[in-house]
Amino acid sequence: MAAPRPRSDLRAETTAARLAALELPQGGFTAPARADALARLQAMGLPTRRDEYWKYTDPTTLTAADASPAAVLVDAEPPVFGAIDRLKIVFVDGVFDAAASDDLSLEGLEISRLADAGDIHWAQGLYGTLEAQGQIPVARPLAALNSAAATDGVLIRVTGRVSKPVELIYRHMSEASDAILHHLVKIDPQADVTILESGPGAARFNTAMEVDLGAKASFHHIRVQGSDHHRRAVTHVFARIASEATFKSFTLTMNGALTRNEAVLDIVGDHATAHVAGAAVGDAKSVPFHQDDTVFVTHAGTHCESRQVFKKVLKNGATGVFQGKILVKPGAQKTDGYQISQALLLDGDSQFLAKPELEIYADDVKCSHGSTSGAIDDTALFYLRSRGVPLAEAQALLVLSFLGDAIAEIEDAGIAGAITDRLEAWLARRL
Amino acid sequence: MALDTDIDAPELEAPQLEVREGVDRETVETVANMGSYKYGWDTDIEMDYAPKGLSEDIVRLISSKNDEPEWMTEWRLQAYRRWLQLEEPRWAMLNYPEIDYQDQFYYATPKSMAERPKSLEDVDPKLLATYEKLGIPLKEQMLLAGVEGAEEITSGRKVAVDAVFDSVSVGTTFKAELAKAGVIFCSISEAIREHPELVKKYLGTVVPQSDNFFATLNSAVFSDGSFVYIPPNTKCPMELSTYFRINAENTGQFERTLIIADKGSYVSYLEGCTAPKRDIAQLHAAVVEIVLLDDAEVKYSTVQNWYPGDEEGKGGIYNFVTKRADCRGARSKVMWTQVETGSAITWKYPSCLLRGDDSQGEFYSIAIANNMQQADTGTKMVHLGKNTKSRIVSKGISAGKAQNTYRGLVSMHPKATNSRNYTQCDSLLIGSGCGAHTVPYIEVKNNSSRVEHEATTSKVDDDQLFYCRSRGMDEEEAVALVVNGFCREVLQALPMEFAMEAQQLVAISLEGSVG
Repeated sequence: MAAPRPRSDLRAETTAARLAALELPQGGFTAPARADALARLQAMGLPTRRDEYWKYTDPTTLTAADASPAAVLVDAEPPVFGAIDRLKIVFVDGVFDAAASDDLSLEGLEISRLADAGDIHWAQGLYGTLEAQGQIPVARPLAALNSAAATDGVLIRVTGRVSKPVELIYRHMSEASDAILHHLVKIDPQADVTILESGPGAARFNTAMEVDLGAKASFHHIRVQGSDHHRRAVTHVFARIASEATFKSFTLTMNGALTRNEAVLDIVGDHATAHVAGAAVGDAKSVPFHQDDTVFVTHAGTHCESRQVFKKVLKNGATGVFQGKILVKPGAQKTDGYQISQALLLDGDSQFLAKPELEIYADDVKCSHGSTSGAIDDTALFYLRSRGVPLAEAQALLVLSFLGDAIAEIEDAGIAGAITDRLEAWLARRL
Repeated sequence: MALDTDIDAPELEAPQLEVREGVDRETVETVANMGSYKYGWDTDIEMDYAPKGLSEDIVRLISSKNDEPEWMTEWRLQAYRRWLQLEEPRWAMLNYPEIDYQDQFYYATPKSMAERPKSLEDVDPKLLATYEKLGIPLKEQMLLAGVEGAEEITSGRKVAVDAVFDSVSVGTTFKAELAKAGVIFCSISEAIREHPELVKKYLGTVVPQSDNFFATLNSAVFSDGSFVYIPPNTKCPMELSTYFRINAENTGQFERTLIIADKGSYVSYLEGCTAPKRDIAQLHAAVVEIVLLDDAEVKYSTVQNWYPGDEEGKGGIYNFVTKRADCRGARSKVMWTQVETGSAITWKYPSCLLRGDDSQGEFYSIAIANNMQQADTGTKMVHLGKNTKSRIVSKGISAGKAQNTYRGLVSMHPKATNSRNYTQCDSLLIGSGCGAHTVPYIEVKNNSSRVEHEATTSKVDDDQLFYCRSRGMDEEEAVALVVNGFCREVLQALPMEFAMEAQQLVAISLEGSVG
């Protein structure tokens, strides 16, 4: 192939400027993994709009040397998971806050803080490993940047059945904060955990979570991203899923100038299940709203099932992006892969950009995807109004039912209820 | 319809013919004769070549061979200079060795064509015999669009043919009769000389000179191709057809087709192509431009049967094609139908620019890849006008070690209000060594339009196979039947004789993929 064009200079300059603005952590058990990640990042360079993988989302504000300031939202609403008995771990602008957090001991769990974890640790073989594997076949430079530069995070080892969920709470207090967090979750065979995440985190937030599921382990992940209007976030979930394990993740995005959620799921065992779902609602009336779900599911084992369910409701020039891929490797027979991405455009200005991909190298599989986009169904609206339901309420009802398929991916009824409440409140304000 | 008995082939390991129980030898031999690529022979004919390689001089030479006016030469040179700055695209899921663009002949013409034949009677009999053998007799009689075996079934329909042999058009039939209706159907080189005002007005307006690497290369070196103009309110009195034949070795074929459908006109256009079996891959980079004015309708059907290479992937045509229709006029309608069975490499995305309000674009495709073939094909539906409609039905079939990718774009611009798209792409995998991929891009920028996309990937259904087998079919016959059923929606969109040929091709292309 011909030599790369001069635009690689821009890439190299951007990467150098971003790295110069960071203070890279030194020493500790992660040092070799960080050095590798830095080398990966320097080889790839940070993404630009010209990269195919960033075709629909401009990464400029995520790669700039400094974070653009984001006003802190004064949130009158109670914490989204407030009614749920859970173990709270609090980060303020990307720094662990011991005083605000619960006691980190819980039966079936070993929790430590990335910033002060000891030298010998089970996490040694995991940190940066799934991220590095997730760089093939598509480069994810912001994830490599995360592994190289993360300043804090939690290391969670799950050894048995855990009595309550663990919630990672991300508070945003400073208008110009720029945080990079890296979490590890290792779930032993047959162990089971639910991780909740909530809050904006920082003005600019880059998170990575590497999840290693042993055989028959199960992982439930429910996330509510912060509704601070100007915040920008790029998140990464890397999972390795062993035989008969279950991985389920759901994300709710309301507001946010820019959100890119990447999920990279590697099903390596047989008879495993991986579901990833998302509901996004955005109104770009006064502040831009751009939300991007980028998912890559690899099937290497046989008899596995994967599902991707993404729904977006967009208003006033909001943009929703979905890039989803199912890769079925040779020999991954009896795979059942499903993917649906749908957008409801509440007005003529909003846009939905989708690239749902299938790449299949095994013949005895069942894979399908669907994608639709359109306005609220006038007939349904008319029906509700003819029954005396006011317009806004009727719209909210139809929007909620549209999002219902994604919310249905949450198994726990209490958590699903908390999510629905949040959505109803948002719709009541916006419709 | 009942399947031809020709295709109920047991596994065949040519040359020795194993006759299985219950299969008579005649059937086996018939299949052995037709099973492989049957257009793989070549014509021994004296050729004139331009020197190997590509340079401004070669571009000028091609232009002068065609007696082109200065503006055309300049147009080509502009394209050539632009091409030098472009990089070959590598985003498709295609894996092929680097192409040495200097190791090709860009112009090859039979010596007998040096003096332009005045009419079909003057054409070298060897050339006429070549087309006769391909099933395309270049005689003005009731003839069919290059379909073998179809003669008995249909009769009485006329199809005008423009036959392109390597770099030149050797003849066009029924010109006089078409001229009576005001239809211009000739080679593009003739059109440049005879109808410069039309060519100047429309050439490069749908696929610009620098559209993409291969189209730019074509703009610089295209040697011939077909030109069609249908005047206002005219239904073309017969189907038009172009038959492309690559014969010379190491020679690329670069043809350019320009179809202009004026207001309220209609034409159905068929395209066929074949090439000899050779060990070295050959390049084919074509451009097809279609302009549709108000209320015009064009049907463009292709059965692409270039030599696919052998089972090890040796040889075959590298097919890089840019096809685009511009629905400029309101209520215009274009329909692309393609059956892609040949070529070692296929890179082809027939597209529709739906610019006129209420215009419509349709794309029906069957892409079959067997052995080592690789196909990356699909369409672009760009909705720019209000109330525009598009429909995509793509059926990809992979067998052997082949890779088959559907790649498509549906774009609804902010002003394309109340528009509609429906896309269905299904892939069928036969055997565990092949791949089937789907890469759709969906861009929706207004909310009154509806876009629906569905894709499935599956293998040949065991229950269906079992049912056919229990009725006494052998496995290959059963697969052919199931596959034909899988492709039915697309086959139905083809003109009838083409559909029959396509149906046979589907079975032949999958030969040896079962068992």
